[in-house]
Amino acid sequence: MQSVIRIILQRLALGLLTLFVVSIVIFTAVNMLPGDFAQAILGQGATPEAVEAIRRDLGLDQPPITRYFQWLGSAVQGDLGNSFAQANFASFVGADSGVRTTVAQQIAPRFANTMFLAAVTACIAVPVSLLLGILAALFRNSVFDRATNVTTLTSISSPEFFLAYVLILFLAVLNPVLPSLSNIFEGMSFSERLEKTLLPALTLTLVVTAHMMRMTRAAIINLLASPYIEMARLKGISPMRVIVKHALPNALAPIINVIALNLAYLITGVVVVEVVFVYPGIGQLFVDSVKIRDIPVVQACCLIFAAAYILLNLLADILSILSNPRLRHPK
Amino acid sequence: MSALVEIRDLWIEGRSDEDWSPIINGASLTLNKGEVLGLIGESGAGKSTLGLAAMGFTRDGVRISKGSVKFDGIGLIAASAAKKRELLGKRIAYVAQSAAASFNPAHKLIDQHTEGPVQHGVMSRAESMKDGIELYRRLRLPNPDQIGFRYPHQVSGGQLQRAMTAMAMSCRPDLIIFDEPTTALDVTTQIEVLASIRDIVEQFDTAAIYITHDLAVVAQMADRIKVLLKGDEVEEADTRTMLAQPKEEYTKSLWAVRAFERPQKPAVHTGATPVVSVQNVSAAYGKVPVLHDVSFDIHEGRTVAVVGESGSGKSTTARCITGLLPPTKGVIEFDGKALPANYKSRSKDQLRQAQMIYQMADTALNPRTSIGDIIGRPVQFYMGLTGKQKRRRVEELLDEIELPAAQYIDRLPSELSGGQKQRIGIARALAAEPKFIICDEVTSALDQLVAEGILKLLARLQDDLKLSYMFITHDLATVKAIADEVVVMKDGEVVEQGPKHDMFVPPHHPYTDLLLSSVPEMDPDWLTNLLNERGVDNIGDAAVDKMT
Repeated sequence: MQSVIRIILQRLALGLLTLFVVSIVIFTAVNMLPGDFAQAILGQGATPEAVEAIRRDLGLDQPPITRYFQWLGSAVQGDLGNSFAQANFASFVGADSGVRTTVAQQIAPRFANTMFLAAVTACIAVPVSLLLGILAALFRNSVFDRATNVTTLTSISSPEFFLAYVLILFLAVLNPVLPSLSNIFEGMSFSERLEKTLLPALTLTLVVTAHMMRMTRAAIINLLASPYIEMARLKGISPMRVIVKHALPNALAPIINVIALNLAYLITGVVVVEVVFVYPGIGQLFVDSVKIRDIPVVQACCLIFAAAYILLNLLADILSILSNPRLRHPK
Repeated sequence: MSALVEIRDLWIEGRSDEDWSPIINGASLTLNKGEVLGLIGESGAGKSTLGLAAMGFTRDGVRISKGSVKFDGIGLIAASAAKKRELLGKRIAYVAQSAAASFNPAHKLIDQHTEGPVQHGVMSRAESMKDGIELYRRLRLPNPDQIGFRYPHQVSGGQLQRAMTAMAMSCRPDLIIFDEPTTALDVTTQIEVLASIRDIVEQFDTAAIYITHDLAVVAQMADRIKVLLKGDEVEEADTRTMLAQPKEEYTKSLWAVRAFERPQKPAVHTGATPVVSVQNVSAAYGKVPVLHDVSFDIHEGRTVAVVGESGSGKSTTARCITGLLPPTKGVIEFDGKALPANYKSRSKDQLRQAQMIYQMADTALNPRTSIGDIIGRPVQFYMGLTGKQKRRRVEELLDEIELPAAQYIDRLPSELSGGQKQRIGIARALAAEPKFIICDEVTSALDQLVAEGILKLLARLQDDLKLSYMFITHDLATVKAIADEVVVMKDGEVVEQGPKHDMFVPPHHPYTDLLLSSVPEMDPDWLTNLLNERGVDNIGDAAVDKMT
């Protein structure tokens, strides 16, 4: 067990290092975006003095390295800075009201919404993919196997907005069982929230199922030629039990990794679906902020996305390690 | 009384590319209750296929084209999958060659043991667990109360093989198929497993089909022996008759293999500089010490066999000599001069002088490279030959290993048999024109007839080219055949060394004695006598009464 803890600590340290490197990449990339916030907000007719005033006010006149460490320093303490867009620009004419919205305040509700959507999707997609993968492995090369493969491949190959509109057509327009708009707000009851989230969640399920299902199928089939599977068959064990009890536990590591990648995608890559369903998630906020060069928000979103990827992959690593009895129970 | 298993005129085919090629051609077999039948033959003879067919099972890509298999009057070929599942595990059980691969790494031994009885509704989990522990005890597993609660990787190979026999016994089947259960084990471990299997099969009066390529082993285990050759039945007779008077030429040739032995060479005159001299070498993997103060010499034109069980440090010694593992202490001398410890600091000529031949020719040859290129590479690298000269040298080398160059030079390794692949491994080593070759278990993956061919080839090459060999093996028959001197290793130390004729004549070091006496002999009473001699008790009858 001690070796497992050591491995986990190593991975954790590696994850933090990755995050640090990523923060440099994010900061550099965001700073390389053409144009700046002052220019964007003041428009074509802005005087150089006005632009300069805003830049000074926001600290944009500082050299990049100073700004990077200021940003990193406060980010480490949980302060992601203030949003440019929400700031009161009375200041550049001389009277700052002092009211500013922090990035954290702006991101928190959006992030919560995104997590909710991801969680609902995961609750549907993961069990469905595993089940389909197991059944496809069990009835491999049958009509069922092929049908599942074709269907999931079709759905992953279609553009997300197309899937979204097809679902809206069938589940909201022709058979109005679900709302086509996911306007979520605070103070909604859980069931209402769930109902509004269901259509985007189903769309995302269609997008992520193929990966997970195919990996489950492949990982299991890969093991079916091993001697211990033959042994299980020769013990007269039923085919379903052979797969679930004998193949699946040994196939977990690759499956867990693919699940983690897809969950990370659910947190970071769902802009299109959010736009189609007008779902107030973090993806939309991110795109909007890039448009108006609201640098602190963009940086914070990127950092959250990176952290989500790193954290989920770390979790996958740890679970894969734990799924291996050789590591759990050393000699 | 009708027979338990009756196989009549069974034809089995295997898929190769698009075609079906025959594996078993019209085999028939009868097995009575409580009888043990030995199935023997070289690899590719169809032993395992026939054994599995007796369970009504065929592997993927294999089909039964004709014939009948009856178990206790039930036709297994026509039986539904569900009907067969009812019999498998419950009335017919299987013990596989590699227990380490055939136990599921994800579950504890006892959980795998109880699965059969619980799924077949023979016993409750608790009952089966208790019974399993009792079986472990009878199979003389150490710590029977706890061993079942370990995972397969926490248990040694010999113990796993016994645990698998216990698992096969879990439903008290009428028939067990043993498929080479001791092939992967050391001789000393093999004895324990053989004794355990024989006892338990006798106690429960279980019928068994015992598949092996080792004649001496089958002589201990079987009541009757059936010999197979490339899917055809050669002959069948009861064990003693078969051993004393084999009728067919093929059977006689199998029996004769063990007779190959090189004549003793005159002693090395004192003062000669050895080709390789290992002096007080100690080595470690990380912090784990594996070799302790190993010393021995290898003289020109001589073969030193290094013997010992797995884990005794034989291959590690070879790694030290080749410089793959720099020793923590001691020196390796070549022609009287010390070699740099790490192969990276050795000159090309020093590297050329010591070559290696590996156990698994399969994995030691690049599957994507033609034979000509495999041998041509060291010819070019060490000798600097290119173009026509290189090709001529490769042809010479193929000639040397008795494979016609025209026929083989453009083939891929996958188009060769196991013995031919090993010959290519030898040619590749010869290509460097070395003085010294390390042969690491080069014959242990081969059938006896093929292995004998390889040993004879190595012997001839030694005489022609004055080569020195370090021959790593755990098989004492091979030692007898080829060695001039023997080094016995145990736990990383040399326990005894000397000329071969001294080693095979008492008195020995107790460990050498144990190794020597553990090699199965062709006498059907050998195991019984040996167990009596060593004082290993057969399990008392009282225990049997309690259980049945």
